[in-house]
Order: sequence, then structure tokens, then C-alpha cells
Amino acid sequence: MAVFLAVLIRVLSGCTVRRFPELPKGKPIVFFSNHTSNLDFPVIWASLPREVRAITRPIAAKDYWTKNKLRRYLASKVFHAILIERRAVTRENNPMQEMKQVLSEGSNLIIFPEGTRSRTGEVGEFKSGLYHLARSTNETVFIPVLLNNLFRILPKGELFPLPLIATLIYGDPLYLDAGEHKDAFLQKAKSALLAQDDVEDSIHVSQRKVSSP
Amino acid sequence: MNLQFDAELMLLITGVIVAISLASLFARSFRHRLDPDGSSRFYHNLLARIKAWWVMIATFGVALMVGKVGTLIIFTAISFQALREFITMAPTRQGDHRALFWAFFFILPAQYLTIGMELGGFAYIFIPVYAFIFIPIRAALAGETKDFLERTSKVQWGLMVCVYFISYGPGLLTLEIDGYEGENVKLLLFMVIVVQVSDVLQYVWGKSIGKTPVVPKLSPNKTAEGLIGGTLSASLVGACLWWATPFNFWQAGAMAMLLCLMGFFGGLVMSAIKRDRGIKDYGTIIPGHGGMMDRIDSLCFAAPVYYHVVRYFFGQ
Repeated sequence: MAVFLAVLIRVLSGCTVRRFPELPKGKPIVFFSNHTSNLDFPVIWASLPREVRAITRPIAAKDYWTKNKLRRYLASKVFHAILIERRAVTRENNPMQEMKQVLSEGSNLIIFPEGTRSRTGEVGEFKSGLYHLARSTNETVFIPVLLNNLFRILPKGELFPLPLIATLIYGDPLYLDAGEHKDAFLQKAKSALLAQDDVEDSIHVSQRKVSSP
Repeated sequence: MNLQFDAELMLLITGVIVAISLASLFARSFRHRLDPDGSSRFYHNLLARIKAWWVMIATFGVALMVGKVGTLIIFTAISFQALREFITMAPTRQGDHRALFWAFFFILPAQYLTIGMELGGFAYIFIPVYAFIFIPIRAALAGETKDFLERTSKVQWGLMVCVYFISYGPGLLTLEIDGYEGENVKLLLFMVIVVQVSDVLQYVWGKSIGKTPVVPKLSPNKTAEGLIGGTLSASLVGACLWWATPFNFWQAGAMAMLLCLMGFFGGLVMSAIKRDRGIKDYGTIIPGHGGMMDRIDSLCFAAPVYYHVVRYFFGQ
């Protein structure tokens, strides 16, 4: 089912992966990405190699993914999502604890540090969650994944997706440096994500030199 | 538009298979010269292209054999992928979401359905009149005014180039030509063969003796030598295929030349769009070739002009 769904998502979103990095072995990975669409994490999840996908758990909104039977099934049985409360976060249901727990068990995470989908397609400010994750587990690797066109495929407020071609650009792994401050780390992570935009441009420039009829 | 299989059609298909087999054979037997150290990018691109040609020919061949429905389905799929690539690289805004949804899932299939049901003249006007009125209305209702004119023309152009023009391909099957009933598949094959052969020959001529780019700023690879050499040789190929068409030798040559020129300008215009957007290919769906739009760019202008010229001079 998971394999079928992954292939289906890849075909439907036409998702093109650029620059898939060499993943560090034996360390938990946090894939973080810009958030514009409900399709964001399924597309990242589907783009991962099968063995990585099997141990990668997306963070998703509880109210959305428990709304009906199909969504509940997909979230729990297929994506193995960690469902978090968007409103009314208390000490008891604070999701950080569960995320740390999952990382220490050797799983990877897919998270959206902006916390919510962007209404404009622009990348907003990163919430501090990413930093707290980095601080609690010193082994964790952070890999930026820039999603292009997902905003046009299924923006907030639309029900039907457009069949446009999504692009995922993976960046190089980054870490929390010793003694690095929260704002510096969040800024570093955000620039690493946005820097992938230039990577795409430079790929296009270098492609232009290759001749073909 | 009942289609029949005759000896001529068989001969055309066999000819295509022989040509691509020769290309495969040529590439493999000159491997040591083209790719001495096993790292030639050109050679690997060539192999990928030939392989993709096999897949394209097989797909297209099966579709034609299934007949009218198969042909309509394959062209619907081509248009869908082309429009997908076109809209992906031509940015629109959220206000266009619903208009685009209609374009992909209603206007596009409806255009091919119109052709399949042989609703006559309606196929010519459905997109230029009704779709072109509907698209800006739907975008206006969405209430987003930023770049309105630009956004509307992007969607309209996408529909025109990727759907309307391409749909003239299966449209050829509906033409009524005296003494050629049921043979229209060959009319379509003639167009596809001439345009694609012209693409290849323009490339070959350009690579071997090309010096003067036609539009240096736009595409240094499209040379006058390639254009002239490719057009003349592909027109000769077309003329030699007269037996499969309703044309005589000279008419077939003239038609082929028209197709080559339209093909060239189609490719030129689609390149201009790519240049403007700063991309090299529209996509990656066909290995070695790029996107669907990169493969069919020369058909975009050739198909409608060919259709109407044939209809004017040979149609009932």
C-alpha cells in the first residue's frame, strides 16, 4: 500500500527531485521544508528512497488527519504520522516530547518549521521548535527540502489540486553548532532552505550550455 | 471516419521502423568513434534519444492501430502533459486556480471529444471563442486583479498551443477527401514523419555545416544552413512519400516544405518562451529529449496550417 501510494503521488505530482544528498548513516534526520500545501509532506515522503521512507515520520495536524476514516487510516497506517494539536497546546500534549522520543528511537522526521501553511507562497519566520529539537538530540542531522510549485498545485483554501509539476530540491545536511544561539540557528536553517532557489537557477544556467536540437 | 489498414499504411510504418533501426545500428557500430572513452555526453544523449524514439513509435503505433479512439486518447495525453509543462513554467496566481482546473479537466478533454464526435466546425471555435471567453471570466470572478491581462494570456496561450493546435493532429482523421475515404491515418502519419524527420535533419545539417544562426540571441543551434539543408532534404523525403497521400509528387514536396517551415518557426517560438523563462527544457518526461513540449514544439504551428491547407485544396 505504502509503495503503491508513493508511486501514485510521484506520478500525479510529476515530482522532480533535484540534488538528492548522500544521507548520513545511522543518525536521525529531520527533513524541514517550506509549507504551502496539504500535499507537502506526502510529496516529500513519496520522494524518499523506500528504506528511508519506512523510518520517516511526518508531523501533521491532528484535526485535519483525524477528520474521517480514510485520513485516519492514511495517517496512522501508511504515513505513520505524528499527529499534533494545532490549537490549545498544553504541557500534557506538547508535541516536542514525542518528536524527541521518535528521534531517539532512530526514526526520521518531516517537519515544517513555519508551523502553518503560508498564505502567499513566501517562506515565513521559523518557529523555535526546530531549535529545540536540535538542542535535545545532539546527533540529529537537518536537511532542508525546498518545495516549488506545491503552492500552485494545492494552495490553502482549494479543494482540487492542479496537475502541475512539483519540484523538490534537497540541500546539504546542517547541524547545530556548539554554543549556537536560537536565532542564529533558525536563521541559518532558513537561509539554507532559501539558498536552494539559487541552486535551481544555476542548474538551469548550466543546462543551457548543453546543445540539443 | 472509419479507418482502414492498407498496404500503404503498412509500408509507412515499416519504413519508420527501418529508419529507427538503422539509427540504432549506426549508433552502436560507430560507438568507438563517437564515444572513445565511454564518457561522451553527446553519445549518451544520442542513445537515450534513440531509445525514447522506440518507445514513442511503439506508443504512437499502437494508438493508431486501435484507430480513432486510440489516436484521440494518445493526443489527449500529449496535450495534457504539454499543458502541464507549459503552465508549470508560466507562473500564474492563486486567482487562476479554478480557471486552470477547468482548463485541464474540462476544456482539454472536451476539445478532443468534440473532434471525436465529429461536431464539424465546433471543433475550430470551441477554444478560440468559448474557452477564451470563459477563462478571463472565471479569473475575474476569483477577484485577483494583479497581472490580470498577463495571466489570462498565459492560460489562453497554453490552451492554444498545447491543446487547440495539437488537436488538429487527430482532426486530420475527420477531413473528407474525395477518393481517400478511410485512409486519413496516412495523412496524419505523413505530417508526423515529415515534421520529426525535419527536426532530425535540421539538427544533423546544423551540426555538420551550420555556421550562421538564424536568430543568434535566441538559439545559437538553429542555423540557416541547418534550416535550408534540413528543409530541403525533409521536403524530398516528404515528396517521396506522395504515394501514401492524396497529393502528387510535387504537391507532397510542397506540403512537406510547408510543414518543415512551420515546424521550424514553432520550435523557434517555443524556444523564445523558454529563453524568457530562463529554462532549457520544458520538462524531463522523455529521456534525452526533455519535456513533451520540447518534442512537439514543431508540431504546434505545423498541424493547424497543414490541416487548413489540405482542407482548402483537397477537402470536399
